[in-house]
Amino acid sequence: MASGERGEGAAMAMRIVARTAELLGAPRLIPIASAHIDGALYHGDSGTLFAEKLVEGRAKVAVHATLNVGALDLTGCSRDRLPPHEREMARRMMEAYRTLGCEPSWTCAPYQAGHRPAQGTDVAWGESNAVVFCNSVLGARTNRYGDFLDIACAIAGHAPDYGLHRPENRRARFVFDVSALAPSFLASEIAWPVLGSLYGREAGNDVGVVTGVARHPGEDALKAFGAAAASSGAVGLFHVAGVTPEAPDLSTALGGEEPERMIVVTPEMARAAQLRLSTAGEVDRIDAVAIGSPHLSPREFEDLARLIGGRRLAVPFYACTGRHALAHLDKCGLRRGLEASGVTIVADTCVVVTPIMEEIGGGVLMTNSGKFAHYAPGNTGYAVIYGSLADCVESAVGGRPVLQSLTA
Amino acid sequence: MTALQAEILVAGRAGHGPALVLDEPISFWGGVDPKTGRIADVRHPQHGQSIAGKVLFLPGTIGSSSASAVLLELVRNGHAPAALVMHEPDAILLLGLIVAKEMGWETPVAVRLDRSKFAPFRGSSPTVATDGSISEPVPGSPSAGRATVV
Repeated sequence: MASGERGEGAAMAMRIVARTAELLGAPRLIPIASAHIDGALYHGDSGTLFAEKLVEGRAKVAVHATLNVGALDLTGCSRDRLPPHEREMARRMMEAYRTLGCEPSWTCAPYQAGHRPAQGTDVAWGESNAVVFCNSVLGARTNRYGDFLDIACAIAGHAPDYGLHRPENRRARFVFDVSALAPSFLASEIAWPVLGSLYGREAGNDVGVVTGVARHPGEDALKAFGAAAASSGAVGLFHVAGVTPEAPDLSTALGGEEPERMIVVTPEMARAAQLRLSTAGEVDRIDAVAIGSPHLSPREFEDLARLIGGRRLAVPFYACTGRHALAHLDKCGLRRGLEASGVTIVADTCVVVTPIMEEIGGGVLMTNSGKFAHYAPGNTGYAVIYGSLADCVESAVGGRPVLQSLTA
Repeated sequence: MTALQAEILVAGRAGHGPALVLDEPISFWGGVDPKTGRIADVRHPQHGQSIAGKVLFLPGTIGSSSASAVLLELVRNGHAPAALVMHEPDAILLLGLIVAKEMGWETPVAVRLDRSKFAPFRGSSPTVATDGSISEPVPGSPSAGRATVV
């Protein structure tokens, strides 16, 4: 392929994969079943020119490849504030990735938009929360693929054989025991993003296993845990004993060996992790609410509609999602009601990667997302208050922080 | 002047410029401004300095999957380092150079050198040749700058 029988674009992709494999010290390339491409988010003109060069070389993806968010909401649900040159280059970039044969899913939750590789298959996924979900909850195998390498692997149909593709690197090295926490806290919505944020900081890039979880917390909870963990640390894979596919029990997750570290989570540690998600300090107003990192599922939208209950929101309220959920909202009529209450649905992108929210000096943003809480201060300039979805809704109705969520 | 032989990681143009020996590892994504090459991470001890045109000595990198995109952008806009001297290869950062070569853009040479050999280069202006040899600062010469003052 590197010699060009599938065209110069495919040859270029293969050279990039082969050369990276060499630098990684991977002994061989392995075939992949699918890809999730994070490279279509505009960071500068060079990324657009790279994608267009692949298009000129007639490259096409060799496997099913979904697209992560772009910098633009192509559905027109929301409006960005990008300058004209950046908007044009971002649009050209999104177009180039479609021309390469990628599915215009434009979501960071492809696993809730029908892209669910089977357990044990090798794939090349980008976007940290999607990577961690794919490895941990689906049990498929991927490293954290980033710009250029993700699309190069999708075109080549192959990836370097190293890291989390290799079974010996997937076993847990440490135990993260949450059994000392109150069952009422563990059953609450905020437990998972809070614990994920703590887990990420403790883990670094080690694989660990969570114990002390009595029952399956639901897919949206694992999504929130993984996203928070992958924001505060370089987490690519976690296990939950008795819940995730490679951890039917603790001993299997550990590969039959002794853990190298035991982390026993105390209520104080969980409380401190919860406090660290907020940066705003004592304030008596909020300027906006943003939810949907990772992108909201249809079920999360149903919860949102129920909590709002037709009331009018006093501050801008951004709900980020993908087209998969948007189609469902239109079909069941939820969208009209949410928009009538003042919710701005943001599709194809999100408020932390592209300028959509109003620029407010000293603005205060409320969120229930551990990932938004981590990135919003740096990327948007807003200070953050972290709370449950119910807290976010009540605060948006009143225009001031209402915090009733349980603490650990 | 003697020369130190380093291992070539990614071949490229020979580089000459003031040495910038980083005191701590850096994340290119979020840590370096892709438009200017300025170190943007406020927590980095060399925050505010620019890596553009420097012979950049990297004791380590903090992995980000977008580091390659930042380096590619710096190569395209002319703000890349003159040469990269790395303690250990970071495949994702170096991917930026591999992609730049595929784009037909001239890239700086990247070599591997043990970080224990970095310190004498502070304050000097070394040349990294295409064969990976690095011109050593003459000990005690005025060009050895900070290394002799400290």
